[in-house]
Amino acid sequence: MQQLTLSVFQPGVLISLAVIGVGLALLLRWTLQGREVDRRVIFAFIFVSVATPVLFPITFEVKATPIAKALFEKIESLPEGTKVMISYDFDPAMAPEVLPMANAVVRHCFQKNHKLVFIAIWATGQSLLNQTLQQVVAVEFPEKQQGIDWCNLGYKAGNEGVMNVIVTNLKKMFPTDVNSTPLEQIEILEGIQSCRDFALIVSLGGGQPGPKEWILYVGDPGNVPIGAGTAAVSAPQLYAYYPKQLIGLLGGVKGAAEYEFELMQKYERFKSVDAPGIRMMGPQTLAHVVIIAFIMLGNVAYLRTRRKKGGAA
Amino acid sequence: MSRLAIIVTICVVVLFLGSWIFKALQAQDAGVDHYLLRGFLVTCSAFLTLAILSFLYKDNPIYKFAEHLYVGISAGYWMSQGFWSTIVGNLIPRLSQSLSGFFKQPYNAGEWMGGFFYTNWVFYVPVIFGVLLLMRLSSKYGWISRWALAFIVGTTAGLQFIRYMRSDFIEQISSTFVPLLVDWQGIGHFFSNLSLSATGQLVAMVSNWIIFLGVLCGLIYFFFSKEHTGLFGKASRFGIWILMVTFGASFGYTVMGRVSLLVGRITFLFRDWLGITS
Repeated sequence: MQQLTLSVFQPGVLISLAVIGVGLALLLRWTLQGREVDRRVIFAFIFVSVATPVLFPITFEVKATPIAKALFEKIESLPEGTKVMISYDFDPAMAPEVLPMANAVVRHCFQKNHKLVFIAIWATGQSLLNQTLQQVVAVEFPEKQQGIDWCNLGYKAGNEGVMNVIVTNLKKMFPTDVNSTPLEQIEILEGIQSCRDFALIVSLGGGQPGPKEWILYVGDPGNVPIGAGTAAVSAPQLYAYYPKQLIGLLGGVKGAAEYEFELMQKYERFKSVDAPGIRMMGPQTLAHVVIIAFIMLGNVAYLRTRRKKGGAA
Repeated sequence: MSRLAIIVTICVVVLFLGSWIFKALQAQDAGVDHYLLRGFLVTCSAFLTLAILSFLYKDNPIYKFAEHLYVGISAGYWMSQGFWSTIVGNLIPRLSQSLSGFFKQPYNAGEWMGGFFYTNWVFYVPVIFGVLLLMRLSSKYGWISRWALAFIVGTTAGLQFIRYMRSDFIEQISSTFVPLLVDWQGIGHFFSNLSLSATGQLVAMVSNWIIFLGVLCGLIYFFFSKEHTGLFGKASRFGIWILMVTFGASFGYTVMGRVSLLVGRITFLFRDWLGITS
């Protein structure tokens, strides 16, 4: 669904293709000569194919797929002031993929004036949530006040156990927010008894517990709409839940790029903000081209070896 | 320690100090308050990234150091977060008013039920189980921890069984019941919106047939009570193709995930550490 909108003659594309093309031609020659290719050569290629577009950026226009658009449309369709819960269930290893989509979803929700309640089921999610609060909320939405427009309930240990409790009673597991303020004193949480009182829960993660557990423990038993943003590794197993149990899914950096693109298309102000998801699609594409080329080279080498063995027999 | 190892260690230390000073000066120019700390953290992150990536060349002590540091810090981080969020945040405010005051947490007073049962007494159960779990540290009384473990295993198995039965079994079977024939509204309507997004009738119908046949043939592949020959064998063959496509999609997504991580680290090295991109 991607479309290369800018010219092929942009410097990033030309330099990347030149470097990778020369290297691949060399490898093809080695392969045809029947020489063994060291695995470190492959690593070097992947490094070059990723590093070159980082140094000389390549831009792609990414068209949103229906599954990503469904989450965007859901947030778009909620009336102003709707209470949405966003759960940060990821760690720094997943952050390059999941943090861009988290930031995009937060931007979208605040643009629509929704009220956000942040929680973390992963201990590392807490510090990554702080990054969103400092780099997105404080900078782009300084008018949004803690306790009125958003609140941070913080991390709670217990994995699925936490979800199993908060689907019926939020206060039991989160008696206070991250600043030790009792929940009764937080304006945004007025009328919120459990997760069932949220119009939407967005789980951003990729491990366990993650979006799947939110569906199993909160979405299905509590009849709460669940949206998810997940690391690419976990995306395939979540597709089965769409559209009945999962209203939309952002899979990997491609999902993040799709959401950022939709946001830019809809709201002019977001055209000037950093879009790491879209930025990362350049290196992604080139790395995939190199991997496909390696798979083809590997098959050429295999067929050559088989023919030689057949000839010898 | 060999001469090469000493030279490598000295080079790494000198480079680290050089980078620290350089980044600290940069941070000072940018008006960062704790510029020394900032310089140290950026340099640390960069060197640890390179240390981990050095494994791609071959296993080495620098990689081992970074790996052990990661494991240790992760374990410590999760443990401290668990202590502050759950023991201090949830347990202490329900057990002791004075301790709640000490940790600056609002005391959560319980209620008397029927005049003889105080609701907060329930929270002594996890305390006791927690202590039982710690008995694993004793070689003589380690067996006591099995009581707590049995509770954890039993509860988790029970909870998971119900949730999986509902969401992964019943709901998933229900999701497989998709309309295989369309509501005919004319040939023009049938062939409209021919995109892979399955918004048109034809593509939606093909998509539904793939789901139906994919599930059926996938199940047939795992049915071993009948020999896979004839029509049954062909269905089984189709099932394995569906499985292969699924594995391929998973592999593709995994590659995308791993490349994303590499992009993230390279962007950090080039932008935040070396400052050669904006």
